[in-house]
Amino acid sequence: MAQLVFGYFAGVIAVTAMLVVALKNPVYSVLSLLIMFFHVAGLYVTLHAEFLAAVQLIVYAGAILVLYLFVVMLLNAKQDDRYHRQWRAAGFVCVPLLLELLVLFAGGKMESSPPFPADQAGPGVDNAKAIGMTLFSTYLFPFEVASLILLVAMVGAIVLAKRDTGGGGHDAHKDNRLSP
Amino acid sequence: MTELGLRFFLSLTQIAVVVVIVIVTVLILTLAERKVLGWMQDRMGPMEVGPYGILQPFADAIKLFFKEDIVPAGANKFLFTAAPLLALIPAFIGFAVIPWGPDWTLEINGIIYKPFVISDINIGILYILAFASLGAYGIILGGWASNSKYSLLGGLRSAAQVISYELNVGLAIIGVIILAGSLSLVKITNAQSGWFWHWYLFAFPAPQIFAFVVYVISSVAETNRVPFDLPEAESELVAGFFTEYSGLRFAFFYLAEYANMVLVSCIAAAMFLGGWNAPYPGTILELLGFPSLAWIENTMWFAAKTYFFLFLFFWLRATLPRLRYDQLMRFGWKVMLPIALANIVVTSIAVYLFPNS
Repeated sequence: MAQLVFGYFAGVIAVTAMLVVALKNPVYSVLSLLIMFFHVAGLYVTLHAEFLAAVQLIVYAGAILVLYLFVVMLLNAKQDDRYHRQWRAAGFVCVPLLLELLVLFAGGKMESSPPFPADQAGPGVDNAKAIGMTLFSTYLFPFEVASLILLVAMVGAIVLAKRDTGGGGHDAHKDNRLSP
Repeated sequence: MTELGLRFFLSLTQIAVVVVIVIVTVLILTLAERKVLGWMQDRMGPMEVGPYGILQPFADAIKLFFKEDIVPAGANKFLFTAAPLLALIPAFIGFAVIPWGPDWTLEINGIIYKPFVISDINIGILYILAFASLGAYGIILGGWASNSKYSLLGGLRSAAQVISYELNVGLAIIGVIILAGSLSLVKITNAQSGWFWHWYLFAFPAPQIFAFVVYVISSVAETNRVPFDLPEAESELVAGFFTEYSGLRFAFFYLAEYANMVLVSCIAAAMFLGGWNAPYPGTILELLGFPSLAWIENTMWFAAKTYFFLFLFFWLRATLPRLRYDQLMRFGWKVMLPIALANIVVTSIAVYLFPNS
């Protein structure tokens, strides 16, 4: 039963992930990405990580992907604009990756995989509490560093956006009027 | 196998009952809104269909059912069809974790189940937030797929508005989660039993009054209701994102909007006003010697609190003019957000100082 559920989720994730780059209509790409996020959340639920599943949906599906959709709809990109002749570059990246995967799978058969730490925590454990405890004790420093990096990115985005609409925009307008 | 079958049967029965209750509530709301608005504007409201107009919702439903289903030329047919469903499903799916009555457990053939909540999962409130945020897709895609500029503008406005105010909804309920120490709506409601000053709106170490105000305003904005109904502003955008919709598809959008109103009212009742708990300890029916009927009193209290919020939606609609777009954004980010953040800081300090209460 568990194998079947995993197979379903993994299969849909693989197919929709491919569709994201293969579909011609960018809005359909965003939608297949949405379906993929859903199934990743489903995988988290099967691993008894309900908190992660909910956060996955709230952050990625609920906020980030809505912004993607927003941008895709506003840009109204012509369908052919997205397809550049990049298959040589793609080949350079993909062939080594495929080889690495093959080597990994061939080597992995010999060793026994280490047991998941999640197996020790049963389905009854409140994993939101467990994640909070781990984040704010063991991983406190990386957590704070990550939040600082996000803050810097946010401030940087605001600085860049402000500079364009402020003095720069006014000057550009002036230039347009003066130039013949 | 029979155990699994029985489990399925019980769950499906619960789901059917809840869906029927929600749809009946929506039917009542469509009439109540027009009646309440009528009274507030000193007129009668609908009076023609049935005695005192009470059959109006059925007349509306029959009319929508038999209307011609129009797909505009140049519309994306697949997404045009999918959008109303994408709006409707997230609106209904959240009701799965709402506790309607006391936290009882029944045992039938060795299967333990809770009759008044479909599923008591330990991330209850996050589950609702996750699916509520998906409701925006139906609106955005409906606006885009219609191939109409009014629809597209409505969809874009909705996207920006829902993202901005969803954040405030999430931050406003964090105070309650800190006080309750749990994300499960069943546990949050259980923790508010006793006198009404145990409700998290008035609870001792950190009363969540500001969070409550932020939540109510933001949830009005999230359901696209007046005064935040910019996505469907009829004086600017005809009807916003569902300008091109007619017949059953329009009915789906309509149903989704009202179901969302019921859902946010249920959450407000459960998180801030004690859910199914009466304002006094225990229940009157229990004191009178009918402990097995106490659930009726509890569910009635829950319904009363929910309907109070629904009335508030109508009241706001009759009272306030629509906000301008820049006012909406400034209000959300510069007023609501700082209040919600300050509430989290104050609540955390209060809980740290009074850990036992």
